[in-house]
Amino acid sequence: MAGSYGSTLRYKNVERIKSIGKHTLLGASGEVSDFQEILRYLDELIIYDDMWDDGNSLGPKEVHNYLTRVMYNRRNKFDPLFNSLVVGGVKNGQKYLGMVGMIGTHYEDNHVATGFGNHLARPLMRAEWHEDMSFEEAVKLLEKCLLVLLYRDRSAINKFQIAKITEVGVTISEPYALKTFWGFLAFQNPTKGAEGSW
Amino acid sequence: MEKARVDLPPKGGFSFDLCRRNEMLTKKGLQLPGFRKTGTTIVGLIFEDGVILGADTRATEGPIVADKNCEKIHYMAPNIYCCGAGTAADTEAVTDMVSSQLQLHRYATRRESRVITALTLLKSHLFSYQGHVSAALVLGGVDITGPHLHTVYPHGSTDTLPFATMGSGSLAAMAVFESKYKEGLTREDGIQLVGEAICSGIFNDLGSGSNVDVCVITKGKTDYLRNHQLPNPRTYISSRGYSFDRGHTEVLSTKITPLKLKAEVVENDAMEE
Repeated sequence: MAGSYGSTLRYKNVERIKSIGKHTLLGASGEVSDFQEILRYLDELIIYDDMWDDGNSLGPKEVHNYLTRVMYNRRNKFDPLFNSLVVGGVKNGQKYLGMVGMIGTHYEDNHVATGFGNHLARPLMRAEWHEDMSFEEAVKLLEKCLLVLLYRDRSAINKFQIAKITEVGVTISEPYALKTFWGFLAFQNPTKGAEGSW
Repeated sequence: MEKARVDLPPKGGFSFDLCRRNEMLTKKGLQLPGFRKTGTTIVGLIFEDGVILGADTRATEGPIVADKNCEKIHYMAPNIYCCGAGTAADTEAVTDMVSSQLQLHRYATRRESRVITALTLLKSHLFSYQGHVSAALVLGGVDITGPHLHTVYPHGSTDTLPFATMGSGSLAAMAVFESKYKEGLTREDGIQLVGEAICSGIFNDLGSGSNVDVCVITKGKTDYLRNHQLPNPRTYISSRGYSFDRGHTEVLSTKITPLKLKAEVVENDAMEE
């Protein structure tokens, strides 16, 4: 939930996950102002779709495709939106999870990550994700990844939100903190064996 | 009167006299030869009885795999081993050099080598070369003062840690360690965790691959488990082998040309003694 300004931790309350329409969740990393712009585009898109009043609503696949086009076209004009977007949702029983990068690279997978998560979280998810995980199992896996990122990403703070979307609806949790462990024996007196070391 | 000459200690490190010339040459378009890097995953952890080191076995030369099964866990002393990442020549040379220095020291002191001795020799050498010797090492061993695990960076700084990873696959391996490491692991659990971390590097990092090497160091005993895991076997090998019977390939035409046996006898002058 941290919004950094260079190397200053400026905003500690940035909500990076928003729900789009009835069927989709959008999460973003990168430039916060560009994310707000994307939300405006999507707002317009959803409103215009609602105005048709035809009983049909845009699902996660459609939102993913729209965002891909937007990102790619901005990149072609040399004016990119500096974001990595995660799009997920359920429509008519079909689950969907995809990612769009700032140059328009897009793909669909069972687990996605942005930024440092690609290096730290994806190995863990590749090893431990399996079909038909329960909600509790999935949250446990995500919290494992978030904990590693908290330890090893300098721009992370101990404040997270978990969002869930099912056929029934959307729940975005309140911000909460994870338990960290700093009690290793070797951390008590690190230079005991080697003076001049860290 | 003769001026007394001050006896200066021998200067180590590089002489940077030719740097300006090299810069000018690169500007004019000269390309310096590249280095072979090991693009690696190396890890170490402390368990209840000692230290376990692990490494992958792929050595890369840019985008090409130069060696599919190289040895990245280097011998320093019977009770100290060192994994190396970075430029292959630098890690080899630096570990060999410090290993010989440790051996001489053992002869002089008639005692088992200590890990901090190796650490100090490595860090002072690397610092004097100001980071140009590109060796990032995970040094581990068990001596009279107990088990030790250190990381050494190319510029000469060191860390003392309960678990450590280095190399291009270090983030993937660190993710495994951060989520699963506990103090006081047993030998089997430790080897399993090290194997998992290296496999995480092998499968999620392009610079690492092939097999897993493990080295278990305890008080009085060291087990070097070369190729402990082989998670990348060659698939699709024909079990029947590759012998093809006659009749597999259709013969379109046959032409037999006998070669005439030609024996030439050259009249040599007798060799003069």
